[in-house]
Amino acid sequence: MVQYSGSGLDASFAALSDATRRGVLEQLRRADASITDLADKFQMTLTGMKKHVDVLEQAGLVMTEKVGRVRTCKLGLRRLDEEAAWIERHRQLWDARFDALDEVVEQLKRKEKVDGRKKRK
Amino acid sequence: MDARSESETTPMKNRTTVERTSERELVVTRTFNGPARIVFEAWTTPELFRQWWLPKSVGMVLRSCEMDVRAGGQYRLAFEPDGMAFFGTYLEVTPHSRLVWTNEEGGEDGSVTTVTFEDKGDKTLLVLHELYSSKEALDAAGTGAADATVETFAQLDELLLTLGASTGR
Repeated sequence: MVQYSGSGLDASFAALSDATRRGVLEQLRRADASITDLADKFQMTLTGMKKHVDVLEQAGLVMTEKVGRVRTCKLGLRRLDEEAAWIERHRQLWDARFDALDEVVEQLKRKEKVDGRKKRK
Repeated sequence: MDARSESETTPMKNRTTVERTSERELVVTRTFNGPARIVFEAWTTPELFRQWWLPKSVGMVLRSCEMDVRAGGQYRLAFEPDGMAFFGTYLEVTPHSRLVWTNEEGGEDGSVTTVTFEDKGDKTLLVLHELYSSKEALDAAGTGAADATVETFAQLDELLLTLGASTGR
């Protein structure tokens, strides 16, 4: 399951604060591209583009895969499809509920233990 | 309450799984570290039920919790701060193994919840099954504050689209 966290959001927004990086995302929305392609398109050095892609990758917005000498970039998993998000929302609710229920169960078990001991006396 | 004797080890947290088994059904599964008798008690005793049903993340508290736990009996949960209520009728009550109730607050879009408790050694396997009247009713089923997280991401997605549209060429 994909994990959400506040720091993930921070990373996303930081990654989006740059016009080139937003352009890269838009580009990848149309088609996967290598770092060389992207560098050409945005008239940048390979090193410069690689840095931008690293930031996007760390934010989960882009994934890269190296095949031979070519690193191909595509959109990351951050954009969950709706179904997965829906399931995750329900899972979070029940998980929080059941964590609280765990505590109640522990409390009842302790109580039974104590009561059992009293009866034996 | 504070009688923690012997060497009580902190139990491992069990996994909660959620599956949409059909357009109208949701199944939640979880194991609890106690016998079914105890887990069942926590579902059917109002004073216990209200201790866990509303996690803090939902941002609401239960104002009242009335449960007449027997077939044909009614229940009603009322919330603060907005006075919202969940209510319905128990259809089946089989001690320590099975509970079935209706959720009637949604009117005709009401759902039926079935919870089974199965002893597995000193643990309990709990399966909660919700059957909704339609795909749309289940799609729209609310999850409280957890929705807000997803809304935040939906907003981020939208922002991405807007930003993409304005910079991409």
